[in-house]
Amino acid sequence: MSEYRGGAQARTALARRHRVRAWEPLPWIVALGFFFAFPKHLGFGTEVLVTILFALSLDLVLGYAGIVTLGHAAFFGVGAYTVGMLAKHGLWNEPLTSLALAGIVGAAVGLGSGLVLLRTRGLTLLMLTLCTMALLEEAGNLAHTWTGGFDGLDSLPIAPLLGRFEFSPLYPTTQYLYVLVVLFLCFVFVRTLVYSPFGQSLTGIRENILRMPAVGAPVPRRLAVCYTLSAGIAGIAGGIWAQANAYVNLGTLGLDRAATVLIMLALGGRGRLYGAFVGAIAYMVLSHFLSKIYPTAWQLGLGLLLVVIALFAHNGILGLGETVWRRLRVSRPLNMGAPQHRTPNPPL
Amino acid sequence: MTAPLLETRALTRNFGALLATREVDFRLDAGARHALIGPNGAGKTTLVNLLAGVISPTRGQVLLKGRDITGVGQAERVKLGIARTFQINRLFRGLSVLENVYIAVAERMGVAPSMFRPAGRRTDVVNESMHLLDTLRLTADAGRRVSELPYGRQRLVELAIALALSPEVLLLDEPAAGVPSAESHIILDAIDRLPPEIAVLIIDHDMDLVFRFAQRITVMVSGAVFASGTPREIGADPEVRAVYLGQTARG
Amino acid sequence: MLLGGIAAGMILFIVSVGLSVTMGLMGFVNLAHGGFAMLGGYAIVLAMKHWGLGFVTALAFGFLATAAASVVLERLLYARLYRATELDQVLFTIGLVFIMIASLTLRFGPENQPLTLPRALQGQIDLGFVQYRTYSLVLIVTGIAIVVALWLGFERTRLGAQIRAAVDNRRMAESLGINIARLFTITFALGSGMAALGGGLGAEFLGLDPQYALKYLVYFLIVVAVGGLGRVTGVFFAALLIGVLDFVLKKYLPQGGPMFIYAVTIVLLLWRPQGLFGGKAA
Ligand SMILES: Nc1ncnc2c1ncn2[C@@H]1O[C@H](COP(=O)(O)OP(=O)(O)OP(=O)(O)O)[C@@H](O)[C@H]1O
Ligand SMILES: [Mg+2]
Repeated sequence: MSEYRGGAQARTALARRHRVRAWEPLPWIVALGFFFAFPKHLGFGTEVLVTILFALSLDLVLGYAGIVTLGHAAFFGVGAYTVGMLAKHGLWNEPLTSLALAGIVGAAVGLGSGLVLLRTRGLTLLMLTLCTMALLEEAGNLAHTWTGGFDGLDSLPIAPLLGRFEFSPLYPTTQYLYVLVVLFLCFVFVRTLVYSPFGQSLTGIRENILRMPAVGAPVPRRLAVCYTLSAGIAGIAGGIWAQANAYVNLGTLGLDRAATVLIMLALGGRGRLYGAFVGAIAYMVLSHFLSKIYPTAWQLGLGLLLVVIALFAHNGILGLGETVWRRLRVSRPLNMGAPQHRTPNPPL
Repeated sequence: MTAPLLETRALTRNFGALLATREVDFRLDAGARHALIGPNGAGKTTLVNLLAGVISPTRGQVLLKGRDITGVGQAERVKLGIARTFQINRLFRGLSVLENVYIAVAERMGVAPSMFRPAGRRTDVVNESMHLLDTLRLTADAGRRVSELPYGRQRLVELAIALALSPEVLLLDEPAAGVPSAESHIILDAIDRLPPEIAVLIIDHDMDLVFRFAQRITVMVSGAVFASGTPREIGADPEVRAVYLGQTARG
Repeated sequence: MLLGGIAAGMILFIVSVGLSVTMGLMGFVNLAHGGFAMLGGYAIVLAMKHWGLGFVTALAFGFLATAAASVVLERLLYARLYRATELDQVLFTIGLVFIMIASLTLRFGPENQPLTLPRALQGQIDLGFVQYRTYSLVLIVTGIAIVVALWLGFERTRLGAQIRAAVDNRRMAESLGINIARLFTITFALGSGMAALGGGLGAEFLGLDPQYALKYLVYFLIVVAVGGLGRVTGVFFAALLIGVLDFVLKKYLPQGGPMFIYAVTIVLLLWRPQGLFGGKAA
C-alpha cells in the first residue's frame, strides 16, 4: 500500500464512519413490521424494545468507556420508581413529563454515585456498583409505604399519551409505538455521541485508561459525564417500562436484571451500538421459548454460551458476523471505533 | 542566567523503605537536549513519573518556569506543556494509528468534550493528526490498528501521541527500548528531527545515542544525582566511568 | 449469644479466604467461587448420605474432590483468561456458575440437601453459666485452627513466601524464577478446596441447594473486598465483622440489616479501596 493511499484511506474511513449505512433503517422497518404482523405479541415486543434501550445505555458505559458494572439496574429501577411513585400517590401521571423526570432522576443518581465510585477500579468498582444497587433495593424494600415494599406498586394510573392515546394492558399498541419512538430518539442521541470526539475519548479510556491522563484528559470527569448520560437513559428505560406495564416492583433494581443486561450486551457484541439490539432480541426470544418449558436446560445452555463467548467470541454475535464479513471482503477498511481485540489488562 | 524551564528541589520519593528518589535537584532548560542515565533501578523512570505528575513526591518541589506545580495533577501538567512517553508502550491498542493521535490532538485543542459533531468532521483535528503522522513517516500506517504494527512502529506511535500534545517539555523514557536494532534507526531519526524549541529529556541505555544527542547528561545512581555535566565532562569523570560507564558502555 | 455470629463469620472466612488469595494472586474476578463451595458441600453431604462416610472423612473427600475438579478447570479454561478483560472473566465465571447450578438441579433436583451432623456435634454444651451449641463452638475452633494454619503456612513455608511475593509484585516474583503457572494452579486448588470445606461445614445453617452459588456470592465478595485481596488475616477479620454484624442486625434490626451491611461495605471500600487490610504495605 503506498504512503498516500494508506493515509487517504484512513482519513476517509474516519470521515465516513458516522454516516448512516444502507442497512441501518432495517431494524426500524422490522420493528414497524412487527407491529402490523404480530398484533397479539405487542406486549412481548414492547418488553424487548425497553430491554434494547436499557442495554444501549449500558453499552455507553461498558462497550465504549470499558467500565464493568454489576449495578446498572440501579438506574433502571430508580427511573421506574420515579414514574411509579409519582403516579401511585396521585402526584403526577402525565407520561412524557414523568418519563423526562425518570431520566433526570436516573441521571442525578448516576452523577452522584459516579463522582464517588468511578475513582476506583476492578473488583472494588464492581463491588461498589453492586452494593449501591443492593442498597437501593433494600431501601425500596424498607420504605414500603412509598414503594409498596416487596410487592411493588401496581395498577399505576398513567394518563393517556398526549391526552389521547390510552395505555391499554390488553392491547398495548400505544405502548409499543411510544417505546419505539423513545428508543429511536435515544438511539440517535447515543449514536451521535459515540461518533463524536467525546465518544472517541471514551474509546481511549477503554483501550488504555492509564494513558488518558498523560494526554491531558480529565478521566474522572469524562467518565462521570458518560455514566450520568448512561444512567439517564437507563432511567428512561425504567420509567417507560413502568408506564408500559403500569406497575413497578423491586425486580427492576435487582442483581438479576443487572446481570441479564450485561449478558445480553456481551451476547450481541459490546461497543457496537447494534449489539444491544441483537443481544436483547436473541436473549429474549430464546428465553421466551425455552425458559418456561425447560428452565434448567435454558440455564445450562446460557452458561455454556457465556463460557463460549468469554473464551472464543469476545465481541458477541456481531463480532462473529464482522469476522465472517471481513473474510468475504478482504480489503474492507478498518471498522474504527469498535473494539476488535480483547485488550489485555494494562501492565501494572 | 535564565530561569530553568523545569526544575526540581530536593525532590524525594520513597516506596516503603526504598528511597527511589533522594534529594534530587535537577534542571531542564528551554530547548535542552538532556539525557538521564543510570543503572537499572536507579530511579530514572520514577523521576520522570514525578516530573509528569503520575506520582507525587514524599518531599520536595517541582517547578515549571518558576511556578510550583508539585500539587498539580498529571492531566493538568499536560496542559501546561509537559508530555512524556512510557518505557513500556501505553497505546490505544485496538484503535487505528490515526485515532490514537486524534485522541491526543483533540484533547490538546479542547475538542474532546464535544458531543454532537462527528469526530471525522473535525477536519482541523484530522489534518493536524495526519500532518504529525507525516512528519514521523507513519502516514502509510495511519489506518492500521496499532496492535498489528511491528514493535518499532508502535514505539513511533508512542512518540506521536506525546508530540500531538505540542509540548514544551518532552520526557522520553527509553524510546527505543525493546525495538530490534534493525528498526531502531526509525526512532532515532525521529528523535533527531524533533523541533529544536522543545526541551527534551531522554532516558536511554545506549551510550552512543546519549553522547551523540545530548548537550547535557545527568547520571543517577540509587535514586540520587551522581553527576551532571556536559557529555565531555561526564565521559571524562573517572567516578562515573567506574560506577556506570565501565559496566554498560558498549565497545 | 454472639457465638452464632462468630461461627457464621468462620464459615464466611473459610469460604472466602481462597477467593481472596486467588483473586489477589491472579487478578482474576472469580464469580464461580461460591460454586466451588457448593460443589464441595454437595460432595460432602452426598458422600455421607450414600457412602456412609464419617463427617471428617467426608470433609477430606470434599476438599480433595473439589480441589481436583478445580485443577482441571483451571488448566483447561481459567488459564486462558488470565490476561483477558475483566468483563470476559465476569462472563466466563457467571457462565460457569450457571452450568454448575443447572447440572446440580438436573442431577439432584432443586431441593435442599440436608446435612446430618454426627451425634457428638449435635446438642448443647454446658459451660456452667451458659449453654452453647456444640457445633458453633466446633466451627469457631476449626476456623481459628485454619487461620492459624494458613497464617503459618503463609509465613513459614516456601509456597507461602512465593504466593506472598507474587501477590505483591508478579513481575518481580517471575524474575526471581518462581513458576507462576504452577503457583496459580496450586493456589487455585487450595482455595477451591477450602471453599468446599466451607460449603460442607456451613451446610448446616446456610443450607445447600443449587442456588447456593449465587445466594451467598455477594457476601463472599463483600468479605474479600473489605478484607483485601490476598490477605489471610484481613479476610479473617472482615469475615468476623460481617458475620457478627449480620447476626446482630438480623436480631435487632431485621428489616434494615442487609441495607446496613451494604452501606458499611460502601463506606469501607471508599475509605480504603484496597480493603481494610489490603494495600501494598509490607
Ligand atoms: N510503584 C512502585 N512501587 C514500589 N517500588 C517501585 C515503584 N516504582 C518503582 N519502584 C522501585 O523504585 C526503584 C527505581 O525504579 P525505576 O523504575 O525508577 O528505575 P529505572 O532507573 O527507571 O530503571 P530501568 O533502567 O530498569 O528502567 C526500583 O527499585 C523499583 O523497583
Ligand atoms: Mg525505567
